[in-house]
Amino acid sequence: MAEFLVNSGWNANLAQIVASVLGAVVLASFGLVWIIFSIWLERKFAGRVQDRIGPNRTGPYGLFQTFADVGKLLTKEDITPEGADKHVYNFAPILAVAGILAIFAVIPFNHAWVGADLNIGVLYFVAVGSLTTLAILLAGWSSNNKYALLGAFRAIAALISYEVPMILSLAVPVLLAGSMSMQDIVKGQSIAYIFVVPVSALIFFISQLAEVGRSPFDLIEAESEIIAGFNIEYSGMKFAMFYAAEFIHAFVICILTAVLFLGGWRGFGAGEPGYELFGFIMLMTKSVAVYVLVMLLRSTLPRIRIDHMMAFNWKFLVPLALVNLLVVMFLARPFVPDYAAAEALVAQGGFAGLIGGIFGAGFIAELPRAVVLLIANVIMFAVATQLLHRYGEAQRAKLGVRPVAATRAPAMASD
Amino acid sequence: MQAEFGQWAIFGLFTVFIIGGGIGTVTSSNLFHAALWLIISLFGVAGFFVLLAAPFLAAIQVLVYIGAIVVLIIFAIMLTRRLMGLREAPNSQWLFGLLGAAVTFGVIVLGLVLASAGNTPLLASQPLSEITGESLRDLGIALVDLNQYVLPFIVASLLLEAAMVGAIVIAREDE
Repeated sequence: MAEFLVNSGWNANLAQIVASVLGAVVLASFGLVWIIFSIWLERKFAGRVQDRIGPNRTGPYGLFQTFADVGKLLTKEDITPEGADKHVYNFAPILAVAGILAIFAVIPFNHAWVGADLNIGVLYFVAVGSLTTLAILLAGWSSNNKYALLGAFRAIAALISYEVPMILSLAVPVLLAGSMSMQDIVKGQSIAYIFVVPVSALIFFISQLAEVGRSPFDLIEAESEIIAGFNIEYSGMKFAMFYAAEFIHAFVICILTAVLFLGGWRGFGAGEPGYELFGFIMLMTKSVAVYVLVMLLRSTLPRIRIDHMMAFNWKFLVPLALVNLLVVMFLARPFVPDYAAAEALVAQGGFAGLIGGIFGAGFIAELPRAVVLLIANVIMFAVATQLLHRYGEAQRAKLGVRPVAATRAPAMASD
Repeated sequence: MQAEFGQWAIFGLFTVFIIGGGIGTVTSSNLFHAALWLIISLFGVAGFFVLLAAPFLAAIQVLVYIGAIVVLIIFAIMLTRRLMGLREAPNSQWLFGLLGAAVTFGVIVLGLVLASAGNTPLLASQPLSEITGESLRDLGIALVDLNQYVLPFIVASLLLEAAMVGAIVIAREDE
């Protein structure tokens, strides 16, 4: 892009700036356009899961429902409540959306398409993520409303607590790839990390769900308890911005899970030079697969009580994440993949050459570490679930409740 | 030449952020607003770290200072003050505060000038992108190298550890 402008007679610095600005606009628009589709998808999906039809009036399959909603929100009156802190009140929705969109800057869509391949990409995304916490705080405070403030308190408690297991589990892919750059983490995944360190992937996914405030962790805006929480006073487009921020965030966590644990744009030769678009499609496919899981959880699970949520975090996720990090640290050290040796092995041919021909030399290089870590992870998972089981039994015994098998639903006529 | 101008322009912008934010912090009569001004000031410092080719420190600055410390300050304000419109009376000892701040600032500036006298100019002439990759690596190695900063690093870790244990002991209910 910048080269093209320079060739057509522009100043090199100016061309660079214009190209950067355009890139940022394209990235941000991608996020904003995607949610128009994802809101429809989520409603339709939740509808089908809950045995409803979902939107079906505007356009084919209700596809234009979101456009109708946008029109409605744009024409609504923009209310600023009496006694609100005006500047802060107006700034909060902007910060919420900007904080989420900024994460897109470090996401590698394929080997070449990345906004900025920072060598601290993972840290950047954690730091930027903390800005959204701030946005929720500002909104809750400046609305001058008790429910909004309560929502903000809950948000702080939830978001700050769940950042701990999130960072601890994030350290694992960083450790395995030996880099904090998102692109290097993707390139290090000849074997996707979910097959190597599934426990970290699970902890990361759960804590990210809590960060977004998605069900079952949607206490931040529990409609039935504190009405809508921090954004209760917002109306019109300002409310829509919080709504959009939530939906983009929900999809961003899916992309991040795909990048950090599912191999990002890699797979079936995708994303290599010459197959750029295929790599992008690969990443989006993986992200949508994770998104389906998020939507399934959202449309089926009830809300967790706040004290349960905190206890689950501090008494289960954080210790598990700490143990997990220690185990990975000690086990991964002796098995650092030697890519050069693997290349040589593949070049010799034979069985290794056959495997290397199918999966690539990187697969062979990472295989020993993957096997060792996978076994360790399975053991850890078994012990953790066993401990949870014991704890549950002890709690039930204390309350004098005996576990009962779930009663069967009445037989349907068609059974 | 033009890149240098750009650097100076961004330096100026972040300086305005830091100084403006700092003035806002100490003059604002609303504690909540003071905390928000502090965020702007700290954000400017993060920008300085980027200019100094230390993106790691910039990210840490945003994560720790804005994401954790200021949020905790705001949290404390929210819990202890009435909802809105509270005005703090100006502190009667502000003159002493100003004097102390000016003396500290003078000492730091004097120290920096004396230390850097005769050294290379502070503004790096290399393009930033060429030094950032190395600086992160150097930082990591320096923290575990026996000949460099491993001792201060471990002492600081122990201090933090002790503070955390102390906080838990204080917060614990008597049994």
